[in-house]
Amino acid sequence: MQRLALASTEIQDFGAVCARTVIAGVEAVCDPLGALYLPETRLLVVSDLHLEKGAAFARRGMMLPPYDTLATLKVLEAVIRRHDPAIVISLGDNFHDRIGSAHLPEIFRAKIVELARGREWIWINGNHDPDGTVNLPGQSADELHYAGLAFRHEPSLIAPDGEIAGHLHPAATVIRRERAVRRPCFATDGRRLLMPAFGIMTGGLDLRHRAMTGLFDRPSLVAHMLGRDRIYSVRFANLRG
Amino acid sequence: MTDSAEAARALLPATFSAWFAGKGWQPRAHQMELLARATAGESLLLIAPTGAGKTLAGFLPALTDLARRGKIPPGSAFTGIHTLYISPLKALAVDIERNLMKPVSEMGLPITIETRTGDTPQAKRQRQRLNPPDILLTTPEQVALLIANGEAARFFKDLKYVIFDELHSLVTSKRGHLLSLGLARLRRLAPGLRTIGLSATVAEPMDLRRWLVAQSAGEENHAGLVTAPGGARPIITILKSEERVPWSGHQAKYAMPEVYEAIKQHKTALLFVNTRSQAEILFQELWNINEDTLPIALHHGSLDVGQRRKVEQAMAENRLRAVVATSTLDLGIDWGDVDLVIHVGAPKGASRLAQRIGRANHRMDEPSRAILVPANRFEVMECQAALDANYIGAQDTPPVGDGALDVLAQHVLGMACAAPFDEDDLFAEVTSASPYTGLPREKFGRIVQFVATGGYALKTYERYARIRRTPDGLWRVSNPGVAQQYRLNLGTIVEMPMLNVRMVKRGAKGAVGRGGASLGKVEEYFLEMLSPGDTFLFSGKVLRFEGIRENECLVSQAFALDPKVPAYAGGKFPLSTYLADQVRGMLDDPARWGALPDQVRDWLALQRDVSSLPRRDELLIETFPRGSRHYMVAYPFEGRLAHQTLGMLLTRRLERAGRRPLGFVATDYSLAIWALDDLGHAFAVERPSLSALFDEDMLGDDLEAWLDESYMLKRTFRNCAVIAGLIEQRHPGKEKTGRQVTVSADLIYDVLRSHEPDHILLEATRNDAAAGLLDIQRLGDMLARIKGHITHRQLTRISPLAVPIMLEIGRETVAGEAQDSLLAEAADDLIAEAMGEPDS
Repeated sequence: MQRLALASTEIQDFGAVCARTVIAGVEAVCDPLGALYLPETRLLVVSDLHLEKGAAFARRGMMLPPYDTLATLKVLEAVIRRHDPAIVISLGDNFHDRIGSAHLPEIFRAKIVELARGREWIWINGNHDPDGTVNLPGQSADELHYAGLAFRHEPSLIAPDGEIAGHLHPAATVIRRERAVRRPCFATDGRRLLMPAFGIMTGGLDLRHRAMTGLFDRPSLVAHMLGRDRIYSVRFANLRG
Repeated sequence: MTDSAEAARALLPATFSAWFAGKGWQPRAHQMELLARATAGESLLLIAPTGAGKTLAGFLPALTDLARRGKIPPGSAFTGIHTLYISPLKALAVDIERNLMKPVSEMGLPITIETRTGDTPQAKRQRQRLNPPDILLTTPEQVALLIANGEAARFFKDLKYVIFDELHSLVTSKRGHLLSLGLARLRRLAPGLRTIGLSATVAEPMDLRRWLVAQSAGEENHAGLVTAPGGARPIITILKSEERVPWSGHQAKYAMPEVYEAIKQHKTALLFVNTRSQAEILFQELWNINEDTLPIALHHGSLDVGQRRKVEQAMAENRLRAVVATSTLDLGIDWGDVDLVIHVGAPKGASRLAQRIGRANHRMDEPSRAILVPANRFEVMECQAALDANYIGAQDTPPVGDGALDVLAQHVLGMACAAPFDEDDLFAEVTSASPYTGLPREKFGRIVQFVATGGYALKTYERYARIRRTPDGLWRVSNPGVAQQYRLNLGTIVEMPMLNVRMVKRGAKGAVGRGGASLGKVEEYFLEMLSPGDTFLFSGKVLRFEGIRENECLVSQAFALDPKVPAYAGGKFPLSTYLADQVRGMLDDPARWGALPDQVRDWLALQRDVSSLPRRDELLIETFPRGSRHYMVAYPFEGRLAHQTLGMLLTRRLERAGRRPLGFVATDYSLAIWALDDLGHAFAVERPSLSALFDEDMLGDDLEAWLDESYMLKRTFRNCAVIAGLIEQRHPGKEKTGRQVTVSADLIYDVLRSHEPDHILLEATRNDAAAGLLDIQRLGDMLARIKGHITHRQLTRISPLAVPIMLEIGRETVAGEAQDSLLAEAADDLIAEAMGEPDS
């Protein structure tokens, strides 16, 4: 819940809390709220919102708290207000299941309409919501090539250069003095960047997990980890002290 | 012999008398008394030491009744089970079947006896429902499953007796709460049933007597009491080592040669320790010096089941000379001819010690033998106190406690699966169970809402409800899938996320071969600390961590000498209030030091000279500088959990007072806090004063504020959420890894706390944490006790009494609190690196 708290905090020196990085020659800023901002094109990327996750579970008999969509949209609103982007890309798994957008309560739909006003909004389709969104502003696509970068939900095996992807919910674990701290992170080796999951009720997958194998050039891999109030950038080799 | 026992002679059928006579036995007075009173319709609690023929006593009323009834002719109408026997351990149910079948077959009684546990095959369970045995031996979880079944009414309609074995250990846990609700339902299905509770000696027998019968408002209802005479007094000694007893630590390595010698001199020894990691270390140490290669085995809850069964079997057959065990062997199973119990480390509670010592020698007329091996100097005093207590028969078993709300939620769903229910009727039934008598009607209503839709203030889940109130006013399950879900998630034992440990061969180039034997399970958080190549001690072997594949931790044989040790969670019991008081009393009374070893006596005398010894009702606080830091050490003797909570709260207060505290460490006996400021001076000039610092009001806002952030609360929440059925341990076809459950429970906790802090499940969590992990009750009692009795010694250097806890610093850290500082450390590495290489 640290991101929800951070979303309602006024940040004085934004440069000190975010991390700058370059992917395939394109400059980008990792925001501690979990979004990537490309200043040159005024493009904001968020990934794996998993909206209506609580409702999706409730439909299967598990009554998770119905507050996750509200909380995720609050953080999204904060990060959009901060950067005022011209384009917003939501990088797939926007909803936790296929019928999530169709069953979205009206108050939440209205909030998204408000956030999208005056900007372009692109929903990339994910494996949880492959059919696109219903009744929402913006357009759906399987992938998008723009500003020298490729935006897709699942990282591809063949074309890492300039790829921004989500899907895996990367998280990194720092170990010092036999204590471990695990946080979601942006993971990049300068060619490709994996986005942390933005949804409030989403888990993470460690960078050491098999599913991450072969995605990065490990010597140049850096984890930009989401701390309580800033990004901490840690080289892959330094995660374990 | 009592009149009722005389009367019982007449109740004992000739077959039984002949059988006793044939064995050369006499029915014991308590067996006969219980038979007479139970036959007359009373529910009873039998308190008896191990070896007193407790099991047979418990079954006699049922066996004699069944013997008189005779065999049911084929073609008769359906007959439900006659007697239900419930044991906390699966193995115990199996063991009893063996011990019960023997007399039954020797007497040729026409009685069918079967077990039903989680291991019973589906086909057999099915058959048991259609054609029930006379006596069913089972576990609390199986009882919950059976009463949630649509055929429960038929199955239990003829139930006469319910026998609860080891009742003292069952009632204090959530399992006991669930079982009490199950019993309430059984009473409704079979209104005439009688209960028989079998128990070791407990502090408050009345709690158990109430538990056994239905409660109703304004009435005092309790079962009758039958007490068997105590057996021969155990012979307990404290190991008087020639070696130096260490200041701190928990491993008693110094005493290994003497422990080994004791094993050699006995037939079979049981070695008890308090934690699984201690068990691993002790086992390793013993084998290091096992020159005669005596068969010494290891037994603890994380080991592979197959391996545990092998050890149990070998023990029953008297093939072992010693077994190193944790609480898994605590309960009353007969394990061959154990003639010595060695307790390594302090027992932490007088009753626990008595029960463990009862394992040695099951013939009650011979004394049990036990040796206590204290691991450090405080434990010497604790062992002496426990020993005194055992002789005077003191009891410090924990209280039964109020029924947990998460357990109630699980039960309500189960009852909906059994049959549609009326909310008021079910409330009446639930409050007839003694742990739930005080439950307010309004809270019960909220639990029902929780079961239906999660009970949230924001009502968006009505259309997904699991149970619904239909126009006839009854609550029903919405679909059959709900019942299936309930069955899969039933139970109150929530495991930490664990990974299976599998042995593999390491190939020539470090490549990992295919899987070999499974060794057991280890907590996932521990493995996260390891990198491939690290070594650790598990299952009595030094293992090399190779990596994690799927849900398994792969290891290979290692030959390292200095392994890391599995840092298992749990298994550490805090010092009981009773023993704590005894230890304080001993410190305060030099006349009692005579029983202590010279080196411990000298230590205390030195402390008295350079500082002072705390009086029994006083709190001693020492302050002194050391290195660049300033320390305060407090000696409340209230157990590690209460001290940890106190440490958290005091550092918050010192922080606020501007004293710049840096950290703390807690043991069972004392608490040390260190700071940048001179704490001794600060207390002397009352900035803050010690009385203000230790004021009871810390349990108000400070506690609330800290709790909100506490990882302990998250861990407790996860347990509550699983038990209450909010999140699942497993789901049909979608087995989650333990890790995923943990992550999402933390996230759910955060979301819920920020949006609906008064939610019923958060209330359940706070109740649990206050009673368990935080020991708040005990801390509150302590703060009240020491009010106006705080003594401050401003010292120039460390005192003798402070040495043990100072040695713990760095060894024990407070895990899990917000740890961004660690991230900052790692990130600084990157900056340092970047400074060296400006281009990178």
